[in-house]
Amino acid sequence: MKLNSKVPEGPLEDKWRNYQLKSRLINPANRKKLKVIVVGSGLSGAGAASTLAELGYDVQCFCYQDSARRAHSVAAQGGINAAKNYQHDGDSIYRMFYDTLKGGDFRSREANTYRLAELSAPLIDHFVQQGVPFAREYGGTLVNRSFGGVQVQRTFYARGQTGQQLLMAAYSQLYKMIHAKKVQMFTRCEMLDLVVIDGQAKGIIARDLTNGNLRRFAADAVVLATGGYSRVFRLSTLAIGCNGSAIWKAHKKGAFFAAPSFTQIHPTALPQSSDSQSKLTLMSESLRNDGRIWVPKRQGDTREANKIPESERDYYLERRYPSFGNLAPRDIASRAAKERIDAGYGVGRLKNAVYLDFKHAIEQFGLDTINDRYGNLFKMYQKITGIDAYKEPMMISPAAHFSMGGLWVDYELMTTIPGLYAIGECNFSDHGANRLGANSLLQASVDGYFILPNTINNYLAGKPNAQVPSVEAPAFVIAEERVQAHIDRILKVNGNKTVDHFHRELGKTMWQECAMSRNKSGLVEAIAKIRQLETAFWKDVRVTGHDKEVNTELEKALRVIDFIELAALMCTDALQREESCGAHFREEYQTKEGEAVRVDETFLYVSAWEYNQGDFKLHKEPLHFEFVQPTVRSYK
Amino acid sequence: MNIIFKIWRQNGPTEKGELKEYLIEGLTEDMSFLEALDYLNEALVLKGEKVIAYEYDCREGICGQCGIFINGRAHGPHDHMTTCQLHMRSFKDGETIVVEPWRAASFPIIKDLIVDRSAFDRIIEKGAYISARTGTAPEANALPIPKLVADKAMDAAACIGCGACVATCKNSSAALFTAAKINHLNSLPQGKAEQHQRVQHMTAQMEAEGFGSCTFTGACEVECPEAISIANIAEMNARKLKANLLG
Repeated sequence: MKLNSKVPEGPLEDKWRNYQLKSRLINPANRKKLKVIVVGSGLSGAGAASTLAELGYDVQCFCYQDSARRAHSVAAQGGINAAKNYQHDGDSIYRMFYDTLKGGDFRSREANTYRLAELSAPLIDHFVQQGVPFAREYGGTLVNRSFGGVQVQRTFYARGQTGQQLLMAAYSQLYKMIHAKKVQMFTRCEMLDLVVIDGQAKGIIARDLTNGNLRRFAADAVVLATGGYSRVFRLSTLAIGCNGSAIWKAHKKGAFFAAPSFTQIHPTALPQSSDSQSKLTLMSESLRNDGRIWVPKRQGDTREANKIPESERDYYLERRYPSFGNLAPRDIASRAAKERIDAGYGVGRLKNAVYLDFKHAIEQFGLDTINDRYGNLFKMYQKITGIDAYKEPMMISPAAHFSMGGLWVDYELMTTIPGLYAIGECNFSDHGANRLGANSLLQASVDGYFILPNTINNYLAGKPNAQVPSVEAPAFVIAEERVQAHIDRILKVNGNKTVDHFHRELGKTMWQECAMSRNKSGLVEAIAKIRQLETAFWKDVRVTGHDKEVNTELEKALRVIDFIELAALMCTDALQREESCGAHFREEYQTKEGEAVRVDETFLYVSAWEYNQGDFKLHKEPLHFEFVQPTVRSYK
Repeated sequence: MNIIFKIWRQNGPTEKGELKEYLIEGLTEDMSFLEALDYLNEALVLKGEKVIAYEYDCREGICGQCGIFINGRAHGPHDHMTTCQLHMRSFKDGETIVVEPWRAASFPIIKDLIVDRSAFDRIIEKGAYISARTGTAPEANALPIPKLVADKAMDAAACIGCGACVATCKNSSAALFTAAKINHLNSLPQGKAEQHQRVQHMTAQMEAEGFGSCTFTGACEVECPEAISIANIAEMNARKLKANLLG
């Protein structure tokens, strides 16, 4: 199968307009006859569902939480980027495009990345119109700050609650359309399989989490907006319920999986404090705007942070990357922290952290200003650690965060299964091998509000006589039977290990071998371990209760076995890509100074994996850089 | 640490519930309260028992899903905190901790500690939005909003919809939740056009859902993870009066 990215012709700045001019439209009277399923109700899902409903489509939207308002977009703290150039500091669409492309280490698709930057400015207008209380100057104009990987101020924010505020706007729009009876909402409902008929996506099988009943839903198209899969590491910054099941099932039904091993490790999480921990808490990266990162110059220094004099502190990011300093991109900052920690300079009880110090910022700007900028983050830090970060430095540590990989999509955000779309974090297309800060809310939002509602017409218009299949069609019956058999099989094992045991084991292997740095022998070993874990799961797992009730343990088990299968693909991808780029740091490919070595001659492509009976077959989408020549990514 | 948990177990919405006692040993002070429950659940699985059903998602204090009543207080012993941010260091070794679901008729129990808070969504559905279609927005800075106004809107918008305000209120009132949303939107220029309908429709739905009336005891503000001020309720009432006169 040849991958067709469907990138439109013409100069970069005209591609999206050219696409829209040429794509097909559907008469409003016909749109209401067309049914679209949206799985997920975060920023991308709620945005897509409400906008599709505004356009007149008949929409069904699903989420596993009790309300769309809980989607994990809620947790993004720092901000959303837009090329508005309000600060008059030389920003432009092109500069934002370039920063994002470079930030992703030239492993993303040029046209998609440009479109992301292009649609950022109208997106801010859109959110302001929806009533998002963005930070303002006294005179009433919008404020910006800067984020890692860029040298301009283009990040808009609503205190440390930007994700929550954008999600509330999207959720409100969604409920407006529910009220208008244009969207049917299914909360506490989890997609467990995709139904494909004649090679096209035609519906889903979902489990009602309140009573365990399996239900069949048919539609003309299915949109997956299910977020990232970094819970494969178990300990991550993601919500506990975030899972990869929907995209994994779609992958097993024929959707290619692109760049699965590109996972961002976020530099500013709270350090792990014990083995029993269930997740890692993210502190907004915006803290790096004013906070300075350091470790003691002496190994194993046990003095309190405030007792270590200036001359004995190593501001290692400022030292190694003088032009970006504390604002170096996430992969660079994470790896630099790991390097210091591994070399014995880590701080904290488990020596697994570095300091993020606001002393200088407070001296320079005053306590009130710092409180205004980051007050809620300081409060959160105190709640969790009991430490007052106004008085002593915070301790931070790298943690698994955003997954840049995801289902392969073309320019229309359609997967390799016609009629199946993937939007937001669950697709792969815009961030390459590393996502810049404050680009995640942006991508989720533009995919959902602006791009998908335009591109889906092009597919649906080609199906004038197509009809939504009956849920009694054989493909639905078979899919439901398989889901039921899978559930029965899990319940029947009745072994002697908990689901969490398997998740912890998987997490340890993945964090060790497929996180901040990877090498050949480690990955080979990891794949073998994951396969053993899969076998052990089916022999030893124990899930109590039954399936026709609220059974949180069963929900977990279904997700963890998918994570185990997905982990094997992630390691396979990391093993195959013999170069270092962005978040993918293969130890065999580095300079003497420890910087990544990209191998453009061999790896200038997107790895798109096809599921092949438990194994994976590689397809390549070559990346063409028509407008920007990939250069060595340097932040020095 | 060793802790005795007394936990509300209820198999389904219509079944009878009861407090059941569990002794759990070997907890550490670093564990969050939810991690302690996770730990207990793993032990239950190994004993072949059904796990305790409770809710959580982000475990970062922002998604609002983890509402549990702990020792008679919403989200536990501290003011302005979610359950997921509560750590075992807040309890004493050997302590007995009573764990119950949110108690409010408008939040029916689904199972064990899980309640149905969809009443909140239905209040939102009645007007907690600005009616504007995607792709129609004017340039953002064309509508200046003074910092003080934006900050006030943000103070109200911070609500995470956890339901602690309802659970802690002796009348099970949803006034703080509803007021926060109304004041967020009504104080912004974008929200003005629909301000009167918004306050009327949302408060009407709040009453239709069976939430009690507010008698200004202030308990909600104390338990609110975002410390949203009860002044919002007074403001909502004033807005409602105005809407009734002008709307």
